[in-house]
Amino acid sequence: MTVESSVAQQPARVAFYNDPRVRSATYQVLLCVIVGLLVYSAVSNAVDNLHRAHIASGFGFWNQTAGFDISQTLIAYSAATSTYGEAFWVGLLNTLLVAVIGIAIATILGFAIGIARLSSNWLLVKAATVYVETIRNIPLLLQLLFWYNAVLKALPDIRDSHRFFGSYLNNRGLFVPEPIPDPGFGFVEVALVVGIVGALAFYFWAHKRQMETGQQAPVVRVVLGLVIGLPLVVYVAAGMPMHLDHPQLGRFNLNGGLALQPEFVALLVGISIYTAAFISEVVRAGILAVSRGQTEAAYSLGMQPRPTLRLIVIPQAMRVIIPPLTSQYLNLTKNSSLAVAIGYPDLVQVFTGTVLNQTGQAVEVVAITMLVYLSISLITSLAMNIYNSRVALVER
Amino acid sequence: MKRVISTLVVAAAVALTASAASAESTLNTVKQRGILNCGANGQLAGFGLPDAQGHWTGLDVDVCRAVAAAVLGDANKVKFVPLTAKDRFTALQSGDVDLLARNTTWTLSRDTSLGINFTNVNYYDGQGFMVRKSLKVNSALELNGASVCVQQGTTTELNLADYFRANKMQLKSVTFADADQTIKAYDAGRCDAFTTDASGLYSERLRLAKPDDHIVLPEIISKEPLSPSVRHGDDEWFDIVKWVGFAMVDAEDLGITSKNIDEMMKSNNPEVRRFVGVEGNFGEQLHLTKDWAYKIVKQVGNYGESFDRNVGEGSPLKIARGLNRLWTKGGIMYAPPIH
Repeated sequence: MTVESSVAQQPARVAFYNDPRVRSATYQVLLCVIVGLLVYSAVSNAVDNLHRAHIASGFGFWNQTAGFDISQTLIAYSAATSTYGEAFWVGLLNTLLVAVIGIAIATILGFAIGIARLSSNWLLVKAATVYVETIRNIPLLLQLLFWYNAVLKALPDIRDSHRFFGSYLNNRGLFVPEPIPDPGFGFVEVALVVGIVGALAFYFWAHKRQMETGQQAPVVRVVLGLVIGLPLVVYVAAGMPMHLDHPQLGRFNLNGGLALQPEFVALLVGISIYTAAFISEVVRAGILAVSRGQTEAAYSLGMQPRPTLRLIVIPQAMRVIIPPLTSQYLNLTKNSSLAVAIGYPDLVQVFTGTVLNQTGQAVEVVAITMLVYLSISLITSLAMNIYNSRVALVER
Repeated sequence: MKRVISTLVVAAAVALTASAASAESTLNTVKQRGILNCGANGQLAGFGLPDAQGHWTGLDVDVCRAVAAAVLGDANKVKFVPLTAKDRFTALQSGDVDLLARNTTWTLSRDTSLGINFTNVNYYDGQGFMVRKSLKVNSALELNGASVCVQQGTTTELNLADYFRANKMQLKSVTFADADQTIKAYDAGRCDAFTTDASGLYSERLRLAKPDDHIVLPEIISKEPLSPSVRHGDDEWFDIVKWVGFAMVDAEDLGITSKNIDEMMKSNNPEVRRFVGVEGNFGEQLHLTKDWAYKIVKQVGNYGESFDRNVGEGSPLKIARGLNRLWTKGGIMYAPPIH
């Protein structure tokens, strides 16, 4: 009897299959199983079909000798000894190089143009508007081909190079003298590290003091002095331990020195200018999202337009700007795969191009490439999300 | 990006189609469809190029037409699918095309690991170089340190690196995915030399701004036997495509041309009688009609006619027959007999 009465007092017990928590968990497990099965059957089907059609599969090609040449390599690579795996890294680094520099240029250019569109200068506004509307309405591939062919056509043949300061500019690229460190250059490197650490320490100290006492320190001058001045002084004191390797005109090409190839320049210019047009719109929207009252309040406190923009408007606009800006960074990185059209050896050109052709293993090569782009994009998003959470509005 | 997408589509197709086309007979599929899907070049004069009216011509195009004539009875029942060097094998593997005739070099790894079979060589080619006359280069061995424009997705890249390595020369290659962009970059002076198969050099030279300012160097640095190919695992179809190729060479050997074949029907020569189908049942053995070879020669011509019309003296390319002469005339073009 006691047992029965205690049961009656509790809320009506439902069967486990009617419990919402059990149900939702079951549905999710079922969904996972179905997705897993689909993936498994697709993979095993692919393996079966490849096997039946006598198409090689597996990742054994990774350590085979590549045998082909790549025009721009950031790490040591030679056709004779390097493997397909090393070719992959060469391609990946070339992609990252153009993406990182492209993001930096596109951000600076995009912010400048976005702010220019909101300027009170009529000419500046119209020029920025024409830029944005022209650039973002023309397909990127056409722009890349334009830049590449424009670069090639505008520059002289190698034997009629423009020469200046020991450098050569022609349709094979820009060749500049390469600084080669002599023994003793280590002191300069140490001085640079010391300078950077010192500059950071000074910056944080000055910031803290300004927060506490309101006193400002000459941060820019001290930082420049530490980062540039200190290594320069050490460099001169150590007897200038560095010489230049000048490019020499050979039978066909310039040898030695540092070379900046037209394919790289065309791709960099193309994707930077294209993405900057989109970034400028993102920036403009972000700034417009900040209430006009904020600017007016700053002016009424006697602030100048420039500090108002830098200290009041932009920090608030950043909250709106960051998420769409992330998308533009991802777009730029992915668009760099159009390099294949103009002969820049990025990941797609080297790996899904030549390596795929020579090994014939489309499924593996494409899968790896997709995974790489996915990873790059996820890492970029993660970094931007961390930054976003730092600039996000903190309610007090 | 477009290429990546198409490669992806193929990868997805491989992943999702149950037991692919391999189980089905290509011959029956083609007969039911009533049209032959043929993978061709589309950009290379002399081998595969549509004209302004969309009419395709070329040495490889003639292979497709000959197969259509033998199988469907009409050399015009062909749908040509233009393929890039990179996409061609996936297009064949996935069943997009029934036959690949796109100046493709027969190599061991392609024959074994791509799931395709090469039928018979229809052009003996070799890789060469083209340079500006103003460089005063007379031999490929003088190219140490030169920049070379090369197209991706072919055996060319590997041959190029091998040749420079073997001769201890410095190479600066500039690689493009597209044939058009490769020759444009060379024309703009981005590279000192342009390399591809010798037949292609003559064809591409016609597209330069000033063709006479460029010369083809004498060195041939590789063996490039160009051959049509079919999917691995369908022996019936493999035999048909192979023997269509042989029939064109045999016709030239026997002196049968598109002009005299109707008189040849009355010939007393037993080999000719077997060829045109008045004796024996060789067409049936291939699962085709008796007059299969007659249709090929009547509608497309023999190998010599096809060569002359597309790449030889009768064409703007004017390539000498060289190795591609018949074995009886100092070349190595030789086909097994129809017995």
